[in-house]
Amino acid sequence: MTNIKQLIDGVLKGDRRSIAKTISLIENDLPESGKAVSLLYPHTGKAHVVGMTGPPGSGKSTMIQKMVEELRRRGKTVGVVAVDPSSPFTGGAFLGDRVRMQDLSTDEGVFIRSMATRGSVGALAKATKDAVKVLDASGKDMVIVETVGAGQSEVEIIKVAHTVVVVLAPGLGDDIQAIKAGIMEIGDIFVVNKADRENVNKAMIDIETMLNMNPEREKWRPPVVKTTAITGEGITELLDKIDQHRRYLEAGAIATRHRQRVEAELVEAIKERVAQSIVEDSKQRGELDKLVQRILAKEMDPYSAADMLLAKRLKRFKTG
Amino acid sequence: MSSERRIRVVVAKPGLDSHDRGAKIVARAFRDAGMEVIYTGLRQTPEQIVETALQEDVDVIALSILSGAHLALFPRIMELLKKRGLDDVLVFAGGIIPKEDIPHLKKIGLAEVFGPGTPTDILVKFVRENVHKRK
Repeated sequence: MTNIKQLIDGVLKGDRRSIAKTISLIENDLPESGKAVSLLYPHTGKAHVVGMTGPPGSGKSTMIQKMVEELRRRGKTVGVVAVDPSSPFTGGAFLGDRVRMQDLSTDEGVFIRSMATRGSVGALAKATKDAVKVLDASGKDMVIVETVGAGQSEVEIIKVAHTVVVVLAPGLGDDIQAIKAGIMEIGDIFVVNKADRENVNKAMIDIETMLNMNPEREKWRPPVVKTTAITGEGITELLDKIDQHRRYLEAGAIATRHRQRVEAELVEAIKERVAQSIVEDSKQRGELDKLVQRILAKEMDPYSAADMLLAKRLKRFKTG
Repeated sequence: MSSERRIRVVVAKPGLDSHDRGAKIVARAFRDAGMEVIYTGLRQTPEQIVETALQEDVDVIALSILSGAHLALFPRIMELLKKRGLDDVLVFAGGIIPKEDIPHLKKIGLAEVFGPGTPTDILVKFVRENVHKRK
């Protein structure tokens, strides 16, 4: 039985074992994880959270390694959360992002954690957001979240990151044109990696064109940075832009975004608890099963069934 | 949807091997068996392996080695694991390890040593049966 208070004290001191155990605790949704999060929460909000997203093969992992090395040279401490997909069939996952960052394993100022999506609908599991909180509370200056670069689910990242960096590479099959609208809108900084390849300038022009078409959401115009992660070229410029964005946020925008994020988190937490409570309750009463039978017999559709269940539940609420 | 606890495994190659096909096959087999596998890549030092195991809070460490340096590297790994408070992690090895070295390796804390060509379902079964389900 772990003493949660002791564990959290360890996290606040930056003890790596405590950090690792706490992340596991939250990831596995153990009974004490709620208490852990509530003890940690007051100590969060200091780290700059940077989300790295983009299609597979764009070089995110290599880029993160170079970024962390440079950040360390600048005297900053860093947490990295690398997310990879779980197999929908076996539930297992191959977490290979760390391979490119292994030289950093023994650096006391760096903490790297690999996470699997574990059946979350978005690319960012809820546990990922909590892992970020743990690293934040442990005193890291920056927490980098690397997400699965697979389509629309990347938009999830805005819920946890202050700065969203979209990493693209030329020659990944005409992808610039195919980049989904969502990503173009949430990116705070765009990177064209593998700048040693052909079509780099075309890629940059394409991005600028698409950005021109975006409605002016904020006063921040996303810069487009050219990098060659393998050699480290462009990384200092990228970090400078990230820092610039942080200063922009601190000048005012951060309050609005933070508020939006907090509200979104609260709503999500409420939804989760309500859904769980209703489903559990109806399972216990055998109602869920009956409804499934009726839906199978085409007597009703799932949505009407859900409405009915909800109406019943609310009625019970009132009559106690 | 709450996540279920998954067995987390580090597949590591200590020393100077340059072939990792076997390690990758094992990694994939564990993934297909529903485990979360952290693959560290080649040329890991004992310090890197233990640090990884610590940060990733793994249940199992699978060491793959072909170079013959196991007697030099494994004791260091086991020593570091103990020092960092990770003695409840299941550690086993595979690769080119002479049979006569196995008793000594078990004595220093490895749960098992498997020869080349061991069917992966035997490895999966071994892990499932021997992993210490912690907390």
